[in-house]
Amino acid sequence: MKRKEFCLEKLKGFNKTLGLKCNSKKIPTRNGYGDALVELGKKNKNIMVLCADLVESTRVDQFQKKFPKRFVEIGVAEQNLVTVASGLAAMGKIPFASSYAMFCPGRCWEQIRTTICYNNQNVKIIGAHAGVSVGPDGATHQALEDIAIMRTLPNMIVVVPADYEQTKKATIALAKYKGPCYMRFAREKTPQFTTKKTPFQIGKAQVLKNGGDVCIIAAGPVVYECLVAAENLQKKGISATVINSHTIKPLDEKTILTAVKKCKCVITVEEAQIIGGLGGAVAELLSEKCPIKLKRIGVKDHFGESGSPEELLKKFGFDANSIYKEILKFC
Amino acid sequence: MKKLNKLKDLKLMANTIRQDIITSLAEAKSGHSAGPLGMVEVFTALYFNVLKHNSKKPEWDQRDRVVLSNGHICPVLYVALANAGYFPKKELMTLRKLGTRLQGHPHREALPGLETTSGPLGSGLSQAAGMAYALKLDGKKNKVFCLTSDGEHDEGNLWEAVLFAAKHKLDNLVVVMDRNYIQIDGSTEDIMPLDPLDKKYLAFNWNVITINGNNLKQVIKTLQESRKNQKKPLMIIANTIPGKGVSFMENDYTWHGKPPKPEEAVKALKELENEKKRILSGKA
Repeated sequence: MKRKEFCLEKLKGFNKTLGLKCNSKKIPTRNGYGDALVELGKKNKNIMVLCADLVESTRVDQFQKKFPKRFVEIGVAEQNLVTVASGLAAMGKIPFASSYAMFCPGRCWEQIRTTICYNNQNVKIIGAHAGVSVGPDGATHQALEDIAIMRTLPNMIVVVPADYEQTKKATIALAKYKGPCYMRFAREKTPQFTTKKTPFQIGKAQVLKNGGDVCIIAAGPVVYECLVAAENLQKKGISATVINSHTIKPLDEKTILTAVKKCKCVITVEEAQIIGGLGGAVAELLSEKCPIKLKRIGVKDHFGESGSPEELLKKFGFDANSIYKEILKFC
Repeated sequence: MKKLNKLKDLKLMANTIRQDIITSLAEAKSGHSAGPLGMVEVFTALYFNVLKHNSKKPEWDQRDRVVLSNGHICPVLYVALANAGYFPKKELMTLRKLGTRLQGHPHREALPGLETTSGPLGSGLSQAAGMAYALKLDGKKNKVFCLTSDGEHDEGNLWEAVLFAAKHKLDNLVVVMDRNYIQIDGSTEDIMPLDPLDKKYLAFNWNVITINGNNLKQVIKTLQESRKNQKKPLMIIANTIPGKGVSFMENDYTWHGKPPKPEEAVKALKELENEKKRILSGKA
């Protein structure tokens, strides 16, 4: 597949209302978080950022430099990270607690459940370096279960933005939303396809392109891969709907059901365990409200491993070509 | 509720709180007895003498914050709040029942006067430290009082908070540890030795005071003076007798997590009534 020839605008059924435009410059989603925090910090004195010894890689370094008093270095102590954040929120602050997703929420789930969700405090949990594309660090550092464990928590919102610009918008939206939120990012540079003009609303999925055969529902940087796969499916005479379900909880049931009803089968794609993540959420919805042929693409109940991000994305089936082949087999 | 200044009035309040704990636990038929009874003097001192608070305005911005970290001793907190006027005393009889605001472990949103939701151990100190940090950042003078237990010191999360509070010199944070030497499975020193806790806290750069947590006069004096604490967070190690005030419960770890049966409650209340008479006659 020749990726450089890919052009969003030439896709049949392309949604022109979202202001989408492909940009050849790849940027990590986490950069959008860092840039948005600086913007937020200037406007709102209650914004605070906490980090557990991962300042540069979670991209909170700019905020730390600009607003040192509102930045709290917690050290390698993720349980303390989220519980101190809960205490700050109790005093009216809007804390963003940042670490790698594997450690937060990975290590501090009960603290998040009790002191943030049940306690209903306005804390934003930020999990960077999620998915197998973390690469050579290996399975210990590749969070695949974070979506599932956060999605089951009452009061918790779960957001997985698709690219840099969307992460920026999502960060600002999370700050405006009053209540517990979880947002996860990837480590690697990934393609951009949303723009400053693209709207973002928590809980509002985006139909990027309409089709009548297969409905692809995805979240995170893999959404772009799904668009490329859709273009190739088009060449085979298969028309796909592609939905960017950036908010996994609350799931945009209305948008998903409307789109699914126009298609013959459904594919979910996420760089996470297929158990309990976006695939789980969609399967729960469709089995109750619109039973239909469904396939979940994700990590199938095992761990990741070391390798380059490209190698791992291919091995685990997250590149456009793998997604394309999987859909051809299934539909 | 007016502040009580006379020691005799405070002792009578402590006696009332003990009786209310017994009555509500017996009615609930489940819950923890030893810890709540052992901490009665601390809660009496806080809610009826030391704290800046207003039961008619639980959200008053200038109030001191009370963070109960070992949530399972909430009967003493509920009873103190009810006696201080946060909610009607008759509601104490709903403890742990379906639909109650007095959940088995405290839920902040359920009841006025609660600052946090707690139960799972080891997380209250970091929340209290977060509050103290925010108060300092905003230049506010309110104090944060955190109540913790010795058994809770088995938790790693708690020691993470100890480091954090010392780093930021949170001298507006006052912690009272219920040092009663018991936890569910037995003696704290058999299960996971904690002594010397005072030296541990000193080594972690805290101010430390050890007191008799059942001596009301000493508790009040220490908590009053804690308002002037400076430069480091303050740990008050309150040596207490679990089950204090009820002879057959005192120092018996099996009372950690069970309520009195009806006949035991009658016996306990009789003992406490006798104690009340001694207080009134000036003999206690």
